[in-house]
Amino acid sequence: MARYVVASVDDIGIGERKLVDVRGRPVVVFNINGEFFALLDRCPHQGGSLCAGKMTGLVEAGAVGEFKYSRHGEIVRCPWHGWEFDVRTGKSYCNPERLRVRQFPVTLEAGAQVVEGPFVAETFQVTVEDKYVVIEA
Amino acid sequence: MTGAGTSVDCDVHAQVPNIGALLPYFDDYWREMIEVRGIEGFELVNYPPSSPLTCRPDWRGEDGTNGGDAAMAARHVLDERGVDIAIVNCLYGVQAIHDDYMAAAFAKAINDWLADKWLAQEPRFRASIVVPAQNPALAVAEIERRAGDPRFVQVLLLASGDLPLGRNVYWPIFEAAERHGLPIGIHAGSAYRNALTCNGWPSYHVEAYVDLTHALQGQVASLVTHGVFKKFPALKVVLVESGVSWLPAFLWRLSKFWHGVRIEAPWIDRPPAEIVREHFRLTLQPFDAPPSASIVQKVVEHVGSEDILLYASDYPHWHFDGDQTLPDGISELLRKKIYSANPLSTYRKIGEMS
Repeated sequence: MARYVVASVDDIGIGERKLVDVRGRPVVVFNINGEFFALLDRCPHQGGSLCAGKMTGLVEAGAVGEFKYSRHGEIVRCPWHGWEFDVRTGKSYCNPERLRVRQFPVTLEAGAQVVEGPFVAETFQVTVEDKYVVIEA
Repeated sequence: MTGAGTSVDCDVHAQVPNIGALLPYFDDYWREMIEVRGIEGFELVNYPPSSPLTCRPDWRGEDGTNGGDAAMAARHVLDERGVDIAIVNCLYGVQAIHDDYMAAAFAKAINDWLADKWLAQEPRFRASIVVPAQNPALAVAEIERRAGDPRFVQVLLLASGDLPLGRNVYWPIFEAAERHGLPIGIHAGSAYRNALTCNGWPSYHVEAYVDLTHALQGQVASLVTHGVFKKFPALKVVLVESGVSWLPAFLWRLSKFWHGVRIEAPWIDRPPAEIVREHFRLTLQPFDAPPSASIVQKVVEHVGSEDILLYASDYPHWHFDGDQTLPDGISELLRKKIYSANPLSTYRKIGEMS
């Protein structure tokens, strides 16, 4: 497992996401209210890009005719067939144990630490003053 | 051979011989109306009485009816086959009548005629309650009138009526059925409110016959997606004379699309195939698969549950010749479940009575 510096924290605002490349693999990094999550950008169904999917909330019902909406912006729907995935866990709504998107651990590191390593940051300039998104993969 | 335990034939038909047979079961007003208005009867054209499909040649009654009377039916479906109990479904035009009150009067008359001429004549018979589904309040009243009689074990609806059955106008019927421990039997057939296919009217009998599975599929999808089983978790639905082999592919589609559009109806909180396997039952005959044991085995495997198939002769409809009601390729263990355990767990009133 290596740790990859993939973006500056400022690159991905709250509610935004960014597609990055980790060793040739597409990974989408989400910022949910300052918490960062990284998922492989490939729907386990047929490979749709989750980065291109709509962000939505969790829709549940305690009873018929009830629409309980929570966790706004924490669920991503694949743009191809609408399958829902929990950004926090990578699990699908419909089959959470068997159908999930690969998730990568994310940490935020200060520029000063990133400069010291051991990190892989080939694609952009790291400055000591900024904070960075680091993915373990 | 039926295997161990009380065996049940879940679909036997009684034909009303003529309107005169029903007259004693109407009140004075309706008896007079039938005479004054010249009502000759309401046979549904799903099964035109003289069509070959409607009656096996050796099962035509001496009185001209298809299947004859209770004694003749009992001989063929019970004695000759070693079966213990049979559920009688009367397909008459009640559901097609546009006057709700007349429909209710006919439903009552048919149920009373069944009680008198079939159930009282043959203690091994049970029956489905015929209801005027076009008016759910009147349907519930008829259920309440008959539910206390342990011989009435099911509520009978048709595969195609006014609206998809999941719509909540029908929920009072499901509420009453669940409360009385009565499954809802959805029998192949139409009240002719809608064209028999969603493309319009078919021209040939074969089209109408084959297209019936679409109506049944629509009802399964409607009942599941409208959350009927979330609302009535103890309710069972029996698809009667529905065929079986279409079910696996349909369930696959229903469950697959649920992944993508379940947010429309979030009360479907588990795969539809799972809901269907828990709440639906299907009768054999007819069994719509080629006569190959290995293919039958595969169909049963794809159906995905050993609990949902129920034995039925579909007497006197002409779906098979000879004495072999079940196809080859069904294991001994499954055969026993189909004849006994599955019907008894579906129709609990049968077990309570016997």
